[in-house]
Amino acid sequence: MAKRATPEINAGSMADIAFLLLIFFLVTTTMDVDTGITRKLPPPVENKNENVEVKDRNVLKILINSHDFLLVNGKPGSIDNLAAKVQDFMAIHPGNKAYPEVQEKFIPELGKKVLMTKGIVSLKNDRGTSYEMYIKVQNELARAFNEMKDAQSLKYFGVKYDQLMDDKKVELINQLVPVRVSEAEPENVGGQ
Amino acid sequence: MSKFKTSKTKGSPAINTSSLPDIIFILLFFFMVTTTMRQNTLLVRIKLPEASEVQKLEKKSLVSYIFVGEPSNKALYGTNSRIQLNDAYATVADIPEFVAKERQARDEADRQLITTSLKVDINTKMGVVSDIKQQLRKANALKINYSTRKVLPK
Repeated sequence: MAKRATPEINAGSMADIAFLLLIFFLVTTTMDVDTGITRKLPPPVENKNENVEVKDRNVLKILINSHDFLLVNGKPGSIDNLAAKVQDFMAIHPGNKAYPEVQEKFIPELGKKVLMTKGIVSLKNDRGTSYEMYIKVQNELARAFNEMKDAQSLKYFGVKYDQLMDDKKVELINQLVPVRVSEAEPENVGGQ
Repeated sequence: MSKFKTSKTKGSPAINTSSLPDIIFILLFFFMVTTTMRQNTLLVRIKLPEASEVQKLEKKSLVSYIFVGEPSNKALYGTNSRIQLNDAYATVADIPEFVAKERQARDEADRQLITTSLKVDINTKMGVVSDIKQQLRKANALKINYSTRKVLPK
């Protein structure tokens, strides 16, 4: 038999196979993205005795004990309605003594005065509190404030807060809904 | 008979290698996409808590990690929560030095932007976490991130 040349394998579709594989992996692999609740710690205090006086009615006190039970302004609370309570507390109730004081503040971007609450959420936990509960509470607080931001954003710009593209608008909403959460240094009651 | 003639007489046919670069590129892309640079081998067991209101942690190069949890080797180290910095167990008192080193490793312009990611196990008591937070405050590393898994709100 005569010597035959090996026929050339058609490699034209190899690129297609390669691209298919590439796309397959691109679609199926999940890059694990680090997510979390970002907070800013208060700067270290130089003078320990310098306490800021805040009126009692302006503070929503949330306490978590070493058994992960909540105390919200002196009453036993539950994680399920914490966000609603915070929102109710931070809402504007002019003339109502049971709620924080309100003050008028001039916002240059809006060109008018806006009623702002003086309320502060104070969070205090025990050294024996579990981290899980602490994060749950932090998450509920974040949810309460995010929902308030959404409401303000919808009111002024017609879109939700996380859909705002303009940095100036984001700034304005942050100004209207300041996240005022103060964290006290923990107590050691549970004996951990 | 001639139909099944052995090809010994012919030299082995050359394999078409023109698509080899493509395959290599796929492999390259695959590894580029899937690798997450993790310098630390975990010495503590961490189950992250769940939260719905999470933000993504941008710019991984500007994040330094503090791990807290039960030691993986319970027989040797017990079950008390331990802090891990870099590749070794540490105490709360080591944190300022750790922060200083992390600062040194970054560009001067980026030093203020360093976020400290706290990867803490859900069963940890807040006492340890509070101590860490106090140390971070002293070291002026004020941006922190409680690392959580994202879940949809109930």
